[in-house]
Amino acid sequence: MSMVQIVDNVALLPAYLAAGTAVLVLLADLLVARARVTVSAAALGALATATGAIFVGGGGERRTFCVGADCSYVFGGRAALVAVLVALLTLGVLGLSGPLLRAGATPVGEYCFLLAASMTGGVALGAAGDLITLIVALETLTLPLYVLVGLRRGNLASIEAAVTFFVVSVVATTLTLLGAALLYASTGALHLGRLGVLFAEQPELLDIPLTTVAVALVVVGLTVKVAAVPFHAWAPTTYDGAPLPVAAYLSTVSKLGGVVALLAVVQHALPARITGPVLALLAVLTMTVGNLVALRQRRTVRLLAWSSVAQAGYILAPLGALALAAGRTADARAAAYAAAVAYTVFFVLLELAAFAAVVALRPAGADGGTLDELRGAARRRPWAAVGLALALVGLAGLPPGLAGLFAKVTVVRSLLDGGAGWLALVVAVNAVLGLAYYLRVVAGLWSTDRPAAVPTDPAAVRGPTAANPVVAATDPAAVATGPAVVPADPTAVLVRAKPVAVVLAAATVVALVVGFAPQLVLDLAAR
Amino acid sequence: MSGLMGQVLLVAVLAVPAAGAAVVAALRHDRAARLVGTVAAGLTLVAALPLVVGGDDAGAGTDPSPAVRPWHQVDLPWVPGLDLRFHLGVDGISWPLVVLTALLTLLCCGYTLWKVPSGGSGRALVALLLVVEVGILGTFLALDLVLFFVFFEVVLLPMYAIIVGWGGPDRYRAARKFALYTLFGSVLLLVGVLVVVTAAGTADIVALTGGTGLSRGPQLAAFTLLALAFAVKSPLWPLHSWLPDAHTQAPTVGSVILAGVLLKMGTYGLIRVAVGVAPEGAEWAAPVLGVLAVAAILVGSLVCLAQTELKRLIAYSSVGHMGFVLLGVATLTGTGLRAALIGNIAHGIITGLLFFLAGAIKDRAHTGDLADLSGLRETAPRLAGLLGFAAVASLGLPGLAGFWGEAFAVVAAVRVGGPLWLTLAVLAALGGALTAAYLLRLLRQVTHGRASSAVAQVGPGVARAELLTWAPLVLLTLAVGLAPILVLGVAQVPVDALLAGRP
Repeated sequence: MSMVQIVDNVALLPAYLAAGTAVLVLLADLLVARARVTVSAAALGALATATGAIFVGGGGERRTFCVGADCSYVFGGRAALVAVLVALLTLGVLGLSGPLLRAGATPVGEYCFLLAASMTGGVALGAAGDLITLIVALETLTLPLYVLVGLRRGNLASIEAAVTFFVVSVVATTLTLLGAALLYASTGALHLGRLGVLFAEQPELLDIPLTTVAVALVVVGLTVKVAAVPFHAWAPTTYDGAPLPVAAYLSTVSKLGGVVALLAVVQHALPARITGPVLALLAVLTMTVGNLVALRQRRTVRLLAWSSVAQAGYILAPLGALALAAGRTADARAAAYAAAVAYTVFFVLLELAAFAAVVALRPAGADGGTLDELRGAARRRPWAAVGLALALVGLAGLPPGLAGLFAKVTVVRSLLDGGAGWLALVVAVNAVLGLAYYLRVVAGLWSTDRPAAVPTDPAAVRGPTAANPVVAATDPAAVATGPAVVPADPTAVLVRAKPVAVVLAAATVVALVVGFAPQLVLDLAAR
Repeated sequence: MSGLMGQVLLVAVLAVPAAGAAVVAALRHDRAARLVGTVAAGLTLVAALPLVVGGDDAGAGTDPSPAVRPWHQVDLPWVPGLDLRFHLGVDGISWPLVVLTALLTLLCCGYTLWKVPSGGSGRALVALLLVVEVGILGTFLALDLVLFFVFFEVVLLPMYAIIVGWGGPDRYRAARKFALYTLFGSVLLLVGVLVVVTAAGTADIVALTGGTGLSRGPQLAAFTLLALAFAVKSPLWPLHSWLPDAHTQAPTVGSVILAGVLLKMGTYGLIRVAVGVAPEGAEWAAPVLGVLAVAAILVGSLVCLAQTELKRLIAYSSVGHMGFVLLGVATLTGTGLRAALIGNIAHGIITGLLFFLAGAIKDRAHTGDLADLSGLRETAPRLAGLLGFAAVASLGLPGLAGFWGEAFAVVAAVRVGGPLWLTLAVLAALGGALTAAYLLRLLRQVTHGRASSAVAQVGPGVARAELLTWAPLVLLTLAVGLAPILVLGVAQVPVDALLAGRP
């Protein structure tokens, strides 16, 4: 075997662009040192990454870093979809970060750099062809987030959240690594494709208890990243303690990363006979526990966090069909993977829209606050409230949020294709549970009962922002009802609020478009 | 009428109210917006009426012929990955319901033009009414199972918003109950529909009707799920408990739409989808369905006898009336299904009128408590007379619309024969007598006796807008009662075709 490898640099182009973005942001922060320039550099980089991924992904599958037939980097349709989504979601999160960065407690350069670094991990993740590349890419995605969650100066909640996230996540990575090592010990392979072939050709491998343990460890370690029950407890604390845009990133890009990693090992490497029942059980637990606990939440971000735990259950559900023999035929498997990817795409879109709307409805730099603080918000910001309502209704899976409706239809359809009617019923009944809390939030937005005079409540604004009346007053929401301090320049308010509004509008429009043309997503997911 | 014209009208029936809702939501001026909405609702009715023209039931008798023969249809691909096609069609089973929906929405929009219930803006209410109309009409017109499900779901949240936005004091709880019950039903519908689609490989109702392509196992599973789903919507005892709260708390126009046409989505779905697609399942479950239907009739009537609130009484009466409709369906005979169809229409007209009248009385007397409402005949003779007319129609007096559905449901059950169905027929007839009892009790309490203090302040006048709203319903009650052929004529062939495949 030749020791000289030919590296396909075109396949690596999206990853280069993402990594280049991080370097560019670092340089911009160092040399120009103006917040606007730094953020623009990050945004441009994310856009370039997305464009590059579309360009490379359009040209068919590209493989590189190969040993024989096994390749460590496979940039195909799925990888391109993941890379484009990660880049665009990062762009969206950057757009939501304006109010946070202007509040002054977060260093702009570091923030943008870490976001770009995390994006690099996400872009590489979809193309990972062996367990080590997969785990390294996933850690590249996650590692910057520990810092991002706790980056706000002098904010105790943020630091608590960061520590929780760090500890849980590191344990999870350790488990996955241990699983990978044990797999290597029992099979001698690390490439996903090679593992798949080995398990198919030598079923006796599965009789070794070590193999079962290894498979279970890898799956369990990865489900922690998806925040599936019973490995979900970090999510609500972390989301609620993190700044809003970072919480948005956690529940979209980070969740997408976990799903992609899990799909990669389940689809290509591990025997469905073992992963299927584990995933079916996790899916049922995740949906049910997530929805039940979400019913009792009083804080906006915690509710979204629990709802996103429940949504992870719907994402995992199609994979649960692998538990039955009928679900392991080639057709049913393909449908299950496509359904999980499609649901994830619909979900991250709606989730980004939901977080964008919450950012728009809250005072600048504030956290998510309580549900009571959102009561009657539709009178102050009707469009943002409509955006939040559409996103939440979509997450509940009802018209006019057709995207969410078709997402649920896709999942139930694939489950029935796989003969898992009981799991389809569990998904269906959980949708009813979900509606109960989504409706409470949505109805509260238009509530006229007891208008909550909260936008100026100092307790609502954590950190130094509260002490800064100018910042509070420049927020349009606060201006509408709040303090008598009128901003000096009304256009400044508009300019400042714009990126958030653009992200909200873009996410809503895209969600509506894929709601009416879900075939677009289904085609992409099946690639 | 040419095929193209029919297709244009079919699409217009959905597009006009949808566009109307968008325009109404965009307009700033409240009254102008309500006017535009009413015009849109009127145009929808104008588009729905001529669908019957050119509706020849060609193919009847030629064998083998499809069990569903739409007069007009539109069939476009939408989401191939989910077997979803935008397939609309109208025939004798759906057309009367389409017209009823369009008519009641027009009347509600017109009523809102005159009077906006307290709560939100009239503009938003009209926009929501039009969206609800789109959903209901889409459900009646859909000839694709997945499309049927999508339209079924469209209705849910706008109706929730109508109850929450303009409802009575306990509206939040009632609306939440309505939304969760209904969603529970429609998720079962989703699973049931997809069971059929995965087993048969198509979602085309025309191809699926008659049960061809489905073996017994999937048929039983599908019918169980679908029947449960439609039982929540219809509602069938014991899944009815969302109904009294929702109807009582909803504003007048909301109650009219809810009782008048929303419930019909359940019975229509049962006939078109559940019985049509899974006839073996229907055969298997018919006795259970029949027993539950008769239980609904008896429970509904007995609960009505004990009601003390006007709107709540009318709401509970729907449980009983829909019980007759479901009994008709459960017999799985031509007579029974036709009784169900005409019962559907009659209940929509009469209960729509009853809710309008109840709303008018509550608005004037500021109470709905039967104990405080007596002697309406003294102060408002015209209102009392109309209420008497509607109540008598509701109890099934021959010559008025309510008679045919209830009488022939019982007749159908007798004709099926056997101890079970004979018992059911006797019990249902007994329920009919109870219906008369509670409606007469209602009339005695409300119209007769000395005028109570609440009623004493009610003026004798009835606004012209009110008369305009109620007159079509009064006339239709008479027309359908005297000439049931209006509904049954168009339904004859499609019902026979639906049952033709049965052994």
